[in-house]
Amino acid sequence: MMGAIGTRSRDPREKRPWTFYALASLCGLFLLFLYGPMLVVYLLSFQGPNGGVTFPMVGFSLTWFRDIFEPGQMANIPVAFGRSLALAGVVSLLTIVISVAAGLGFRRPFPGSGVIFYLAVASLVMPSLLVGFGVGLGFQFFDWQPDLFTSALAAQLTWTLPFGLFAMFAVFNRFNRSYEEAATDLGASAWQRLVHVTLPILLPGIIGVGLGAFTLSYDEFARTTLVIGTRNTLPLEIYALVSSSSSPTLFAIGTLTTAVSFLVIGVAITVILRMQRRRAANAQRS
Amino acid sequence: MHNEADTISATGQGQDAVDVRFDVELVAVTKRYGTTVAVDRVSLRIPRASYCCLLGPSGCGKTSTLRMIAGHEVVSDGDILIRGSNVTDLPPVRRGTAMMFQNYALFPHLTCIDNVAFSLKMRGTGKAERHARAREFLALVHMQDFADRLPSQLSGGQQQRVALARALITQPRVLLLDEPLSALDPFLRGRVREELKRLQRELGITFIHVTHSQDEAMALADLMVVMDHGHIRQAGPPREVFERPANSFVARFIGGHNILSSGGKAIAVRADRCRLGAAGDGPHVSGRVAAVEYQGTTVRVAFETAAGEDASVLLPDNVFFAKPVRPGDAATLVWSDQDAHALAGT
Repeated sequence: MMGAIGTRSRDPREKRPWTFYALASLCGLFLLFLYGPMLVVYLLSFQGPNGGVTFPMVGFSLTWFRDIFEPGQMANIPVAFGRSLALAGVVSLLTIVISVAAGLGFRRPFPGSGVIFYLAVASLVMPSLLVGFGVGLGFQFFDWQPDLFTSALAAQLTWTLPFGLFAMFAVFNRFNRSYEEAATDLGASAWQRLVHVTLPILLPGIIGVGLGAFTLSYDEFARTTLVIGTRNTLPLEIYALVSSSSSPTLFAIGTLTTAVSFLVIGVAITVILRMQRRRAANAQRS
Repeated sequence: MHNEADTISATGQGQDAVDVRFDVELVAVTKRYGTTVAVDRVSLRIPRASYCCLLGPSGCGKTSTLRMIAGHEVVSDGDILIRGSNVTDLPPVRRGTAMMFQNYALFPHLTCIDNVAFSLKMRGTGKAERHARAREFLALVHMQDFADRLPSQLSGGQQQRVALARALITQPRVLLLDEPLSALDPFLRGRVREELKRLQRELGITFIHVTHSQDEAMALADLMVVMDHGHIRQAGPPREVFERPANSFVARFIGGHNILSSGGKAIAVRADRCRLGAAGDGPHVSGRVAAVEYQGTTVRVAFETAAGEDASVLLPDNVFFAKPVRPGDAATLVWSDQDAHALAGT
């Protein structure tokens, strides 16, 4: 339907008002503003060995990329990157499990469901630095050592869980309950219904929530910075570098991490497409 | 699961008092949503192996009644019996019913054959066996060639057949159909209607079919149940309901009737039994022609009485064109006493 409207060709005699051009220019400027700085960073990361952090480009090289993996000041970057990936993986897994369960639970109002919902929402508007500070204080109070998979994990979950919950509400909103009634009618127990009907139908939405949580965690800074302990994640490590040095290596890191993000998204999309194609192929095999 | 099926039939045979003349009995069944009463002490007996249509406008309680029989809605009050055993508090799977949903609710991630075999899989039947069974039921609805397709690759009519096979594979005593034809185009609707009736006859089980279309109900039903505001207004064979509507609601809802007043009492006269004539021809009411609609074999003359009530006259086309009238003409609507049928209440 949407496609049909979108592809409907415009009659050449149909004149566009001047506001169309004004708003189109505004939109173009917005895109330039959005992507311009990033493009500059990507370009400058290929700066020649004698160049600096600003234009002009003095030649073209991969020196700064090589720098990342050399022992020395950059030694922590690959390790931090590994930590970030691991943490983001755990965060995304926990977010999926908890927000799917919560989404299932919130479909029917229960005593106190309103209060719990608003408490979850409130955590989204809380100043992020304060949340991190609070978690840090809590750990100090109990005399626990802040670390990657304890305090940092907790601080990031305060951010990804409300987000995951909201996304799951949207996913469940579009879910037709008659699928579940049909499953019950056909003799499925509550558990069978969940495993064989509800979760498979919701899977694309659940993968989406997982990806969202992954990216939120992967570049989280404000909540994590006060509770990370001794082992930095990638954003914290980069921030430390920015304040101590300035060379195109920083840009190279930016380019590399962006590439990784795209890689993660690309792999996820490929997996989903493969799944769909395999289903369609099975379906054709008649 | 096999054991459960056995227990149901065992209780069916074990109790001497069980009345096996009826597949479904509703005893003062009530459904309340908060303070609103959707179904109000409805009692109904559906004979063995019959096609029953629950008919009524939206919000009349027909779907709630169906869902209570299915076990997808809790019964607020009253009892539901299937083949003599009280199933009021049993889960859907132990009632001997199967439901076909309005949007069919085929599982989008499963192929047709896996959709049909779903109930067997839940019981732990092996793959080879359940696929063989599913193929049999797909063949019953002429869908065996589509076994490996996904629901999204089928047309509405094909999806409906698969949904039917999926419901029938549970070997229900009562098949419940929630507006099964509403999603189909008019042409397909007629064909599927015939097929539903054929299946019901061949399988020898009871179908309960919810619809808001009186045509559908009259074409299909052995027992037609007209509902309104949570009450049954009339239940009986379609011909009985059409020829002797119990009250003005039924007469109006099933259509084809004029509701006129004669001697201070409400009467119903079929529109095709009314004529345009003169005052001397018998019981009559005068007024004027409001509109004329050509319908092919018949012509419908919309009539407005002097008192401002609407009526219509269905005339065979040759009768109309022998003596045509035009909108605005003064006219007299006449009928004979034997065609008038007194209505109870309003």
